[in-house]
Amino acid sequence: MSIAPAPSYSSTSPADAARSARSEDYLWTLNFGPQHPATHTTLRLVLKLDGERVVDAMPEMGYLHSGFEKLGEHLTFNQYVTVTDRMNYISPMANNVAWHHAVEKLLGIELTPRCRSIRTIIAELARISDHLLSNGAVGLDTGAFTFFLYAFYQREVIYDIFETLCGARFTNSWTRVGGVSHDFTPLVIEKIRTFVKTFPKTLNDMERLLTRNRIFVDRTKRVGVLSKEEAINGGATGPVARASGVTRDLRKDEPYLAYEDFDFQICCASAGDCYARYLVRMAEMRESLKIVTQALENIPAGPVSVGIDQRTALPTKQQVYSTIEGTISHFELSMSNRGFEVPCGESYGATEAPNGELGFYLVGDGSENAYRARCRPPSLLHFALFPQLIRGHTLSDVVAVLGSLNIIAAELDR
Amino acid sequence: MPHEPPAVDDVLATVTARFGQLETSVFRGQTSLVVPAAQSFELLEHLKEQGFDLLVDVSCVDYLEYRGAKQRYGLVYLLTSTTTNQRLTVRVFVDDPVSAEEKWPTVRSVVPLWRAADWLEREVWDLFGISFAGHPDLRRLVMPEEFTAHPLRKDYPLQGRGERHNFPVITRDHS
Repeated sequence: MSIAPAPSYSSTSPADAARSARSEDYLWTLNFGPQHPATHTTLRLVLKLDGERVVDAMPEMGYLHSGFEKLGEHLTFNQYVTVTDRMNYISPMANNVAWHHAVEKLLGIELTPRCRSIRTIIAELARISDHLLSNGAVGLDTGAFTFFLYAFYQREVIYDIFETLCGARFTNSWTRVGGVSHDFTPLVIEKIRTFVKTFPKTLNDMERLLTRNRIFVDRTKRVGVLSKEEAINGGATGPVARASGVTRDLRKDEPYLAYEDFDFQICCASAGDCYARYLVRMAEMRESLKIVTQALENIPAGPVSVGIDQRTALPTKQQVYSTIEGTISHFELSMSNRGFEVPCGESYGATEAPNGELGFYLVGDGSENAYRARCRPPSLLHFALFPQLIRGHTLSDVVAVLGSLNIIAAELDR
Repeated sequence: MPHEPPAVDDVLATVTARFGQLETSVFRGQTSLVVPAAQSFELLEHLKEQGFDLLVDVSCVDYLEYRGAKQRYGLVYLLTSTTTNQRLTVRVFVDDPVSAEEKWPTVRSVVPLWRAADWLEREVWDLFGISFAGHPDLRRLVMPEEFTAHPLRKDYPLQGRGERHNFPVITRDHS
């Protein structure tokens, strides 16, 4: 393909403008999405191509306009958890935990040790399931189908645990203000224990399949490089930032739930390319497993939800039927005009979700639903980095970069 | 015990030295700082120099129905330092303009400081109708271009104003 001479912009006559437009004629414009198997979710890219080279990319979003921030102003703190399931729908449990973490911060509720511990276990299982999907999808998009099936099988095992825990595989809505809807049963603990025992073998298999696979390494190494400065300046968090050498992990930096009690490491890389992001996610799964193993053997006894006197979580049936406080508390919380007290204040509560920093900026006005429930989605800022990461690479690298950023469109849209 | 974030007193001292006494408040261990709209860019630039290198979020709250609120819109800038883990919230309050030539409340864009602000400010513009002076590409982010309202404002109803029914339908033959 011949490349036209550089256009001259010295004069702006219509003839010159037409000539310069013609000189860019060799650029193809390609529409990618919104419905495409490799975007995984509903988002759209308009790519400018020079042959197979991507000259520029324009991301478009807004196809899943769910209005969840507007809904957050009309639903109570407990009802809204069902909406958080649908934000990042590949790790709904992590969103549930993040939402109620922010709510409890606004309300000033301190959780029971048992609740902190089991929420930590579930959040880490959600992280493993998210990383399995995002790494599996990178493999799938670069041609490693077997790897994807290995990953997806284990995801199914985690879903089975969630189903045993709360009855739902996917849209769990498991947390409540000041507690959770279902406590761990011996069967759940047994299933997690089996998973912890069997998963390392699969993880080893997965690493042997892909980590030193020539095709995969060639497809991902030095592709989509994000430097440390760009990562911080662009607001990247989570595995994307850690793969670029930013040593930031809210589990260590601002320990919430029970993370302070466990021994684990933050996994970082310095290359900042797609391969580094893959490696960071693989390593994080092992660290999550370490946390789950430690937490599972030391789950504190005691109540799972905060006490009746704090009047935020529903009392147990035993309390409702045998104590007057339980009956009153159950009645008050169930009535639509009672509920619990919310301060007139604003707070931001963030957790380290699998994708990055997932936080909610909540404004309370004394009523039982938030005056404003702003969700800080990690994917949004990662997607904004995409054009810069893909410039100069080939069309086939688009899917590798998209997959390694783990863009979830439902989280991008408002 | 919930984790207490590191104190930000040292940074607040430098802010006071340069900008005078600004209104600060602490709620649930988080310090927030209110700055006049005219000084917002200078303050955020100063804070970036003081080590707040990560812009976590830019958002907005519409205080139309909030009891005791003096100004209508409150912008929220959440800043974090990746080295010291300090957090600081910067609030900028603006009102709807009174003069006819200005249509939207305007604040200076912080895209020159943080690239992360690019899409976040576009989102605030889209959903709240607050304009950012100096933004390189201030288009709607999530709503379609032909949409006229700013849906997260409090005077916009939850169920919308029926815009969906008036969107042009493009058939396959005409696309």
